[in-house]
Amino acid sequence: MIVVDGLCKSFGAVRALQGVSFRAEDGRITGLLGPNGAGKSTTLRVLYTVLKPDRGTASIDGADVVADPLAARKLIGTLPHGSGLYPHLTARENIRYYARLCHVPAVSVDERVQRVIDELEIGEFADRRCKGFSQGQRTKVALARALVHGPRNVILDEPTNGLDVMATRALRELVLKLKADGKCVLFSSHVMQEVAALCDEIVIIAGGRVAMHDTPMGIRERTGREDLEEAFVSAIAAVGSQ
Amino acid sequence: MMHTLKTVFLKEVIDNFRDRRTLMSALLLGPIFGPVLFAFVINLSVRQSLSDASLPLDLPVIGAGHAPNLLRYLESNNIRIVEAPATRDEAVRAVLEGRHDVVVVIPETIASDLAGMQPARIEVITDEASRTAERESRRAIRALAAYSQEIAGLRLVARGVSPTVMQPFNIDLVDVSTPSGRSAMLLGMLSYFFMFALLSGGMNLAIDTTAGERERGSLEPLLCLPVTRDHLIIGKILAACLFMAMSLTLSLTAFSVVLRFLPLQQLGMTPNFGPMAVVTAFLLLIPFALLGAALMTMVASFTRSYKEAQTWLTIVILTPTLPILVVSILMLRPSTGLMFIPSLSQHLLLVELIRNEPLQMLDVAVSVSGTLALGVLVTWICARLYRREGLLG
Repeated sequence: MIVVDGLCKSFGAVRALQGVSFRAEDGRITGLLGPNGAGKSTTLRVLYTVLKPDRGTASIDGADVVADPLAARKLIGTLPHGSGLYPHLTARENIRYYARLCHVPAVSVDERVQRVIDELEIGEFADRRCKGFSQGQRTKVALARALVHGPRNVILDEPTNGLDVMATRALRELVLKLKADGKCVLFSSHVMQEVAALCDEIVIIAGGRVAMHDTPMGIRERTGREDLEEAFVSAIAAVGSQ
Repeated sequence: MMHTLKTVFLKEVIDNFRDRRTLMSALLLGPIFGPVLFAFVINLSVRQSLSDASLPLDLPVIGAGHAPNLLRYLESNNIRIVEAPATRDEAVRAVLEGRHDVVVVIPETIASDLAGMQPARIEVITDEASRTAERESRRAIRALAAYSQEIAGLRLVARGVSPTVMQPFNIDLVDVSTPSGRSAMLLGMLSYFFMFALLSGGMNLAIDTTAGERERGSLEPLLCLPVTRDHLIIGKILAACLFMAMSLTLSLTAFSVVLRFLPLQQLGMTPNFGPMAVVTAFLLLIPFALLGAALMTMVASFTRSYKEAQTWLTIVILTPTLPILVVSILMLRPSTGLMFIPSLSQHLLLVELIRNEPLQMLDVAVSVSGTLALGVLVTWICARLYRREGLLG
């Protein structure tokens, strides 16, 4: 479970986050939705501890990201925006590197690596060097790398960026499988349909604030719009007029 | 901690062994460039200094028929008279175009001038901008002047005056430089080649730690892992040190081989660079690896891209020459105090080693510990910089 509580973060004069709070429960998929520059990536970066908030805090399964970032990082698997692989290593070696760094016991490293390779169906190119992989292949390997240590919480920053239809579908199935395993999945996107198709909960962020947090159904009801895209636009407009 | 260090270290080593760019600079460019350049320079200077002394000089002379005695004198001075252009104008053109280095013009009037005690005008046509021409013309002029001196002496004797009145001074140059001293001067530039090989061996790894990882997009996921950044950066710096050590080993070995084939004895040089010296030189130089790797990593961490990092690091690679340059301009003698300065201390110790002089254990201890201490300090600074938020760019 991920709990975000009153996050504020400024970069110089730019106030990227102005008190963001929400919860992402286990066994549910929470979508962080918002226009470009709304503060989605900044929020996620605070969660996976590469940024420190100016105020507020967040916790992963009770581990505070500010007070004990190392403990928090142990509990998450992360796919940051535009995750890159090491081109001279094979897919398997890339995944194995992360398994070792995540302290997977030496005896079970190979077995765990093989398991994620099977789960993500990347066996076909697992032993090829990553140089020249397609965007879809790269994303799958990066995801396998993030999941190899079996984290309870998974954070994905715009994972479908640059993916074609087939790769997007494959990723969607994978996210549903993570949910079925009882994991807490938090992912950001600016693509409405994607969030609508997948999420149990939607957190709409605009201007560094949470504009709305509800189920897709709840959001439709609260905005009085049947179409989720219309609902999204009116929720953001509400923040702008405040 | 050891587990993380080992994991990062091994990954970096495998990754970079597969990277052609790293292998080129670490195992080819750095180590081979130095010896090849050095062999080229030495060979050139050997050839030049040898041609000075023993090879006969081919000298085209216009109007050779007018002064048979002069020609006999020149020939006895190891100068071979060869066919010359027909006229003076053609000679000037030939020299300008580089077909001849020097042409001597003897006027028809030389016999009558000599008989009439008038100075005879002899022209030496040459291009002073060319180094070989300058050397040959000087040799021709020296021979002509000596002949002139001899005739003057004969004229004085004919008048009952001793030729020594023309020679108030007798100037003798006493050169006290020893063969190994002379070799140290030339081989002093060796230490820079070694530094160059050492640093270029770790350059790509140092860039990769920050700018490279960032450009590839692999930095952010790496920092999300449950490892401290200190361990990541130390593992990477250690991997850079390994490549630097390999580069240095290759460079030292290559030099040791090259020196065996160079005609250094002919230059009066007897450098001490056998296998034992190679091992000693490695041990003297290797403490610099940590400092160099940390320094390059630090500089690269401020850059935005791989390209920018490369530009800055080429400057960093030149910095070890600075202390060496300053000391050689100021003509400072090696002292224990200077051993605190990295790169300079390695240079001074290396020169002593090549000169085959005993190394002062105190100096070695100061050099090694001073350089290592500074290396640890800069590594610590790197680790601090690696913790910045701005690292992700």
